[in-house]
Amino acid sequence: MSESKVLDDSGRRNFLIKATSVVGGAGVAATCVPFVASMNPSSDVLAKAETEVDLSEITPGAMRTVAWQGKPVFILRRTPEQIKSAEASNGGKDPEPDEKRVQDPEWLVVIGVCTHMGCVPNKEGPGWMCHCHGSQYDDSGRILQGPAPRNLEVPPYKFLAENKIVIGRA
Amino acid sequence: MPHRIINWIDQRFPLTSFVKHELTGYPTPRNLSYWWNFGFLAGFVLVLQVATGIFLAMHYKADIALSFDSIQHIMRDVNYGWLLRYMHSTGASAFFLVIFIHMARTLYYGSYRAPRELLWWTGQGLLLLLMATAFMGYLLPWGQMSFWGATVITNLFRATPFFGDQVVIWLRGDYMVGDATLSRFFALHYLFPFLIIGAVVVHLVALHTVKSSNPSGIDLADKDNIPFHPYFTAKDFYGLGLFLIVYSVFVFFIPDSLIEPANNIPANPMQTPNHIVPEWYFLPFYAILRSVPNMVGGVVAMGLSVMIFAFMPYLDRSRIPGGAHFRPVYRGLFYIFAVDMLLLGYIGYIPPTDTSIMVGQWGTALYFGMFLVLPFASKAEERWLMKRGLPPQVEALIASEEKEKLKIKNRHRKGGAA
Repeated sequence: MSESKVLDDSGRRNFLIKATSVVGGAGVAATCVPFVASMNPSSDVLAKAETEVDLSEITPGAMRTVAWQGKPVFILRRTPEQIKSAEASNGGKDPEPDEKRVQDPEWLVVIGVCTHMGCVPNKEGPGWMCHCHGSQYDDSGRILQGPAPRNLEVPPYKFLAENKIVIGRA
Repeated sequence: MPHRIINWIDQRFPLTSFVKHELTGYPTPRNLSYWWNFGFLAGFVLVLQVATGIFLAMHYKADIALSFDSIQHIMRDVNYGWLLRYMHSTGASAFFLVIFIHMARTLYYGSYRAPRELLWWTGQGLLLLLMATAFMGYLLPWGQMSFWGATVITNLFRATPFFGDQVVIWLRGDYMVGDATLSRFFALHYLFPFLIIGAVVVHLVALHTVKSSNPSGIDLADKDNIPFHPYFTAKDFYGLGLFLIVYSVFVFFIPDSLIEPANNIPANPMQTPNHIVPEWYFLPFYAILRSVPNMVGGVVAMGLSVMIFAFMPYLDRSRIPGGAHFRPVYRGLFYIFAVDMLLLGYIGYIPPTDTSIMVGQWGTALYFGMFLVLPFASKAEERWLMKRGLPPQVEALIASEEKEKLKIKNRHRKGGAA
C-alpha cells in the first residue's frame, strides 16, 4: 500500500480516534478511583467496628446508650410486662414479630438512629419518640407511626457471657 | 504618563474597550426600578463572604476536638474576630434574602422569558451552589444544630436507588457525621465560593448578551437605554447604602438573632436536641420534606420544590408583556405563592403536630399546584385580556417592540452597524 493510500484511509483514522478515546477515557476513569475511594471510611474509622458492653449494671426497665461505630446503640432491659406487650403485636407499618428482633427477650439491642433522617429518638413512655419529624417506636424498636419507613435496626451482636455482649460481631 | 501606560496596555489587552463596553457604557434600560438592585447586592455580599471567610479560616481549626473551641477563640481572643464572625454569619442570611428578592423580581416581571432562559438557569445553578455552600459552612462551628443538620441532610442521600446507604457513608467518610465529614466540609466550603465566582461570570456573560429586562417587559428601543455609568452605578450604590444600614443593625445589635441557641452547645452524637430546625432560608423546603409521609417521596418533593423554578419559561405561556404588572391573574398567583412560602416557612419552624403536618400538606399541595395550574391559567388569562381589549399602554408597548424589531432587521439587511 502506498503512503498516500494509507493516509487517505478514513477507516484507519476513525479506528485510531475511537481506540485512543476509549483508552484515554478508561485512564481518566481509573484515575478517579483513588480520589473517590479516599472519601470512604479510613482504616482507623473501620477499626471502631466492635464494642463490648457489660450488662450487669442495667436494672430491669432501664436503658443504656453505648457508642458503636460512632452510632448510639440502645440496650433496653425489658420487664416481663414490656416483653408481653411487645410480643402481643407485630408493630406497625414494618411488621416483624418481637422474637425475630431479640436473642434473649429480656434484652433489646437496637441502633438508636431513626430510620427516617438519622436523628436519635428519645425514650418516652413505652417505646421511643423521634422529635425531629415525629416518628414513634414501640418497646421492640418497631415503627408505629410517623415518617420513618423501617423499624430501628438490630445490629449484629453476640452474648459472650450471661452479662456481656459484643456488638459488631455476629 | 497614566495616558501612556493605558495606551501601552490597550495595544496588548482590550482594557479601555472592555471597561467602556461592559461597564461604563453598557446600555441599560432607563426605567429600571430599585427591584433591579439586588443582582449587584448579591455580588457585593459574595465579595463580603469571601473576604470575611478567608480571614476566619486563618483562625479556624477543622477538627472535631478543636473546632467548637476555635470559634470561641475567634469570638474572644482574635482581634476583631467577633466582627469577622458576625459579618460572616449575618452575611449568609443576607445572601439568601438578597437572592430570594432577586428571584421574586424575576418571577414578578417575567424576566425569565425568552431570550433570558439561560440567564435564569445559570441563576438556578447559582442558587444550588449557594445552598450547598451555606449548608457545609453551617457544620463548621460543630454545635448541636450543626451536627444534626448535617446528619439529617446527608441522610437525604439514602433515597439514592440501590446504593443509598453506601452513598451516605461515602459522603460522611464515617458511619456517622464525624471528623472526616468536618474536614471535607471545610475543604469544600472553601472551594465552592470560587465555583460560585466562576458561575457568576457565566451569569454575567449571559446577562450582557441578552441585556437587562425591565418593568415594561419588552425589549426597549436604543433611545430608551442609558449608559450604566453614572446612572446605575449611582443607583446601585444608593441601594447598597440602604442595604448596609439593615445589615449593620443585624451585625452590631442583634447578631445572635440569626444563630440558633442550641448551636452554642457542642455537638453530641448521642443526643438529638428536642427541636431541630434548619436556618430560616431552608425552612419552606424543609416543611415540604416533612409534609410527605414517605421518605423517598419527601426527598424528591424537596428537590423538585427548588428545581421547579427552572421550568418557568415553559410553564408561563402568556405573551402579554410586563410580567405581573399587566396581568391580574398572574399577579394574584404571585402573591398567593409568596404567602404560601411564608406559611411553609412557619410550618417548617414549629415542632410537628397533627395540625401543623396537615397545614404543611395543604401548603405543599398549593405550592406545586400553582406550577401545575400556571400553563393553563396563563393561556386563559391571555385570551381573556385580548378579548377584553388590552389597555392602550400595553398596545403601545407591543407596537413599539414590533417597530424596533423591524428596524433591527432592516439594519441587519443593509449590513449597517448593528
